[in-house]
Amino acid sequence: MSLYYSLCQYDVLRIPQYIGLENYRELLFEDPYFGISIWNTLVYTILRVPLAIGGSLILAILANQAVRGIKFFRTVYFLPSIITGVVLSVIWMWMFNPQIGLVNTALGWIGLPGPLWLQSTAWSKPGIALMSLWGVGGARMIVFIAALQGIPSSLYESVEIDGGGWWARFWHVTVPMLSPVIFLWSVLEIIFSFQVFTEAYVMTKGGPLDSTLFYNLYLYFKAFDDYEMGYASAMAWILLVITLAVTLLQFKLGKHWVHYTGGAPE
Amino acid sequence: MIRHSINRTLLKKATIYFALVAIAAVLIIPLLWMLSASLKGNEEIFTIPPTWIPKEIHWENYAEVFNRMPFLAYLRNTTFITVLTIVGTVFSSSLVAYSFACLRWPGRDKIFIFVIATMMLPLHVIMIPLFVIFKELHWLNTYKPLIVPAFLGGGAFNIFLLRQFFLTIPRELFDAARIDGLSEWHIYWKIAMPLARPALITVAILTFMFTWNDFLGPLIYLSDQAKNTLALGLALFVGQHQTEWGILMAASIIMMIPMVAIFFFFQRYFIKGFAMSGMKG
Repeated sequence: MSLYYSLCQYDVLRIPQYIGLENYRELLFEDPYFGISIWNTLVYTILRVPLAIGGSLILAILANQAVRGIKFFRTVYFLPSIITGVVLSVIWMWMFNPQIGLVNTALGWIGLPGPLWLQSTAWSKPGIALMSLWGVGGARMIVFIAALQGIPSSLYESVEIDGGGWWARFWHVTVPMLSPVIFLWSVLEIIFSFQVFTEAYVMTKGGPLDSTLFYNLYLYFKAFDDYEMGYASAMAWILLVITLAVTLLQFKLGKHWVHYTGGAPE
Repeated sequence: MIRHSINRTLLKKATIYFALVAIAAVLIIPLLWMLSASLKGNEEIFTIPPTWIPKEIHWENYAEVFNRMPFLAYLRNTTFITVLTIVGTVFSSSLVAYSFACLRWPGRDKIFIFVIATMMLPLHVIMIPLFVIFKELHWLNTYKPLIVPAFLGGGAFNIFLLRQFFLTIPRELFDAARIDGLSEWHIYWKIAMPLARPALITVAILTFMFTWNDFLGPLIYLSDQAKNTLALGLALFVGQHQTEWGILMAASIIMMIPMVAIFFFFQRYFIKGFAMSGMKG
């Protein structure tokens, strides 16, 4: 149904008019916002995915230390994850407020000038990516802790016998042993990043100067503000194709760096 | 030599604790900051440098939340949608999962793979056809598009999760019940369901979190302001009163209370469910 609509001009009120590939042609060759929204989404993805994976991995390693009270810390780290969607956006609009927000206040303490964050074209995307790390770090941490606990301690001991320090333990044992989990979540994180919507809708409405006009936000505006359902369906299909292509590419590349113990993927 | 190594372990412990506390602070401070702002008057919010503990406690921010927007109505709407969605999801996804896990019928596994494949489809691809279908049914601006789908299967991820759980129940249990002449319905309801309690709680919590916070669904389907949900109402309020941070924070905190409560009551299920589903996009 969606595929058929994507070949039509359709404003919901009248019956769909078949127009062939016209929507796709217009999107790819005429609509400047299409390119902008793809660019924005791409930049956001590149910022967010390493931040989310790296950040939650650090959290997990720290929260996996065998010290007293670690359960308490894990709970604290997880706590921000229960906040999602609109509430998350509202809190961070306040955090990122250039004059009175906590982020710039804290930067001021250490003598750094704070950017305008959500009001600046350069910092709006990094801002939203940073917010998403705060929002998902704890939940990803739990996944990584479970995986860390599956690593046999004998592997670490053999590195120590060979005289390796913490970096050797991290790079030669932790990373390869966690690579299947890291791989899985980088695939998922990319898919999530491609679909970013609520944060941008609530916080910036795509601004300033279209710098947070993400793909799905543009799609939503086309479908439900302009009622160009056919056009929006075409956008949805292009996104699906891009997502599939990127996922396939990741699986191809994954073969080179993902280490499956016992040879068989889980 | 021994003293030296004791010192080293101590130092290492101290470093770990330092890092643990520092990161905990970074993660928690936004929440405390929010709490503090929700109790501040408007002048104090704009004071530089900011104060951590409000000089004057303004409880009336919380009362204002109810005056400024039809907050009680939003709360009632959201609760209504959420409760029905949870009931529908738990009931229908467990029934479907039971069929996939415990019954034999032709084409079962092929259909299961098909159901799983629907998880891959981004919401935005099916959003428009769904909208058109609900429009044709004259369901727009009612709660039906938000609730009824929960009763018709309850989502591929939930089905998958419950099916995996049902598969861990020993076959013999079902076979024995069948020999005793119990109906399938009876086995599902009296044997499989009670055993699946932990998985059902996880599904219920995930459904709660998703529905309570859902923004896109209500945004698309509801046009009458009186029918708004909390998430939608809050977003609308942000658009209109950007600078009334005290009230905004108070409203956010009220909206968070049920999530925090459930988190503390069902911590184990909650964390597990969240980690598995990665539901935060």
